Amino acid sequence: MNEKYFELSNLSVGYNKKTLIHDICLDIKKGEIVTLIGPNGAGKSTILKSITRQLEIIGGQVIFDSNEIRSISYKELSTKMAVVLTERLKTELLTCHDIVATGRYPYTGRLGVLSHEDEEKVDNALRAVNALDLGGRDFNAISDGQKQRILLARAICQEPEIIILDEPTSFLDIRYKLELLSILGRMAKKNGITIIMTLHEIDLAQKISDKIVCVSGDHVTRYGTPQEVFQEDVIKELYNIDNGFFDPMFGSIELMKPAGDKPEVFVISSGGTGIPVYREMQKTNTPFAAGILFRNDMDYQLARLLACEVVTEEPFEEISDENFERAKELITGCSRVINAGVHIGPGNRRIKELLEFAEAQGKLE
Amino acid sequence: MSKEKTLQNKGAEGSYRLENFRRRTRYTTVFIILAIAFFVIIVVNINSGNVHIPLSRIVNILLTKNGDPKEVDIIWRIRLPRILMAAMLGGALSLSGFLLQTFFENPIAGPFVLGISSGAKMVVAFTMIYSMTLGYTMSSYSLIGAAFIGSLMSIGFILIVARRIKNMAALLVAGIMIGYICSAITDFIVTFASDSDIVNLRGWSLGSFSGMSWSNVHITAVVVGITFVLTFLCSKPIGAYQLGEAYAQSIGVNIRVFRIALIMLSSIFSATVTAFAGPISFVGIAVPFLTKGALGTSKPIVVIPATFVCGAVFCMFCDLIARLAFAPLELNISTVTSIFGAPVVIYMMINRKRGMK
Repeated sequence: MNEKYFELSNLSVGYNKKTLIHDICLDIKKGEIVTLIGPNGAGKSTILKSITRQLEIIGGQVIFDSNEIRSISYKELSTKMAVVLTERLKTELLTCHDIVATGRYPYTGRLGVLSHEDEEKVDNALRAVNALDLGGRDFNAISDGQKQRILLARAICQEPEIIILDEPTSFLDIRYKLELLSILGRMAKKNGITIIMTLHEIDLAQKISDKIVCVSGDHVTRYGTPQEVFQEDVIKELYNIDNGFFDPMFGSIELMKPAGDKPEVFVISSGGTGIPVYREMQKTNTPFAAGILFRNDMDYQLARLLACEVVTEEPFEEISDENFERAKELITGCSRVINAGVHIGPGNRRIKELLEFAEAQGKLE
Repeated sequence: MSKEKTLQNKGAEGSYRLENFRRRTRYTTVFIILAIAFFVIIVVNINSGNVHIPLSRIVNILLTKNGDPKEVDIIWRIRLPRILMAAMLGGALSLSGFLLQTFFENPIAGPFVLGISSGAKMVVAFTMIYSMTLGYTMSSYSLIGAAFIGSLMSIGFILIVARRIKNMAALLVAGIMIGYICSAITDFIVTFASDSDIVNLRGWSLGSFSGMSWSNVHITAVVVGITFVLTFLCSKPIGAYQLGEAYAQSIGVNIRVFRIALIMLSSIFSATVTAFAGPISFVGIAVPFLTKGALGTSKPIVVIPATFVCGAVFCMFCDLIARLAFAPLELNISTVTSIFGAPVVIYMMINRKRGMK
């Protein structure tokens, strides 16, 4: 399938004829989840508003199903594209069912009376977001998470080919975030609905998206798969991070490492037991060293970011003399040694020696 | 899906059906009550006045147009056109308010507070006096036309302000100021105009349903009737617009065309009212609010007809009081509508939880 589905070619967007972001070129396939990430105020929403025709396009084109989007009438576009916006809805005496039912607007007659079939579709949309029981409630009386689900149901009810969501997860707690994203994932994979959205949570963006668009400054800095985009430096540069780290492996965000180059504590661990200790060190701002870790140990991933020094060994190798001596050196320089719970096997049996060495110095905890 | 969950969903669906049924019952009840109120108020209205005419004779006069010529005259030439005008103009005024509230996304918008009625009044007064000095009397249609131009002038000004100020409260203040300016200019014109018709003009510029003729009734019926039908046909996009401009557009509403339509319809309504009865305060805000509250929804397809009938009842009721309270002295209609309408508006402001910034 090489046919172009949703294409932005040399698109320039902005407000009042003033270009904010220029030369956006994206090629989006049917059923893909594309997420725009980037710092606040980078213009992610401006891009979304332009491709939904809320803002006048300044230059370039948006091709949707081989038609220029401006040549499609609002009415026709409304049967193909639905939106979930950030702006708060100010409603008066409308139930959630009423809100969702507006999604049927493009399909109802002159007076907008819902047919039996339409009613069924409203119910189905409510069911898809697990909100059937909210139908009769006043929209103003429900929580933000529920509102967001209702707005998504409204978009689903519109039976679009493409749904555009502007920060759908803001105001949601972690459970609703996961729920919302899994609904989106299901729609994309099962129903072939294309999803274009902005997200603030880069960790979630990495996990749900097929493609990531990085928006920063006045252009799109990167466009590609999560694997291509989620690299430590790319993210660091995109958000201009100088006070922490992004871990591309787990998509997690870490705070800055403890200040100081000279470790005060040496942490011995394996298989994840070190992680809580590292975090504790980070919180108390205690510089520490870690070791001896195999490079495939999960402890290594975090130690790498937070420790002043990590003594590492190639996976499944015996601990070398060089590394062993370095660890002893570090222990001698530290005032404390923490055994976070290390599993000792044939590969790392010299750890035992290391523990005894620390014990002899009276530093082992 | 587990069995338990399926059951739960079934339960929810059942309660939803019940909810739907409950709503329909509520709508029907409200419409029946309004219909009863409508007829009762007509009967009371036609039956009361300075000259007492027994009900049996009224029925006879209405059906046959025969009887004491003086009484026939009172019923057919004074009371009936006045009642019909109060009903139609009351409905028109309320709908004008509803449309403006939709447009500005603010329940406290209305033709009077936004200065639209006063703008219409000013232009009507001006053209009236001008044509009088030339020796013409204005036809009803040209009165409506003048009022329409005045309404559009005020709205145009409000829109310019609205473009710069997003704050709703400030917008209302701007509207009230426009109202004062237009009223001041009207007073100025009236003061400096001479001649006998001034007395009439002054009464009109304060708002009154008195002195309505059958030709007024016919013209109003045509203009208000057509505008009502057009408004009702707009109930679908109005419903979409209630979600805000962006959502409305995303479900296929051509916003630019629709906004113009809203302004035109509400201006025609308020212009017709002002042309015949002068500016009338608070009806445009209070009636839609009460109607929506009674119906428990803001869905335009039910709110539009209900608001019209409710406005008709409200204005006939207020006119009855205006006529009878200090008979034979007559009150301005605005005096009465303010007494009943202003408390409703205050209640609204106190009760509003959000939205008003």
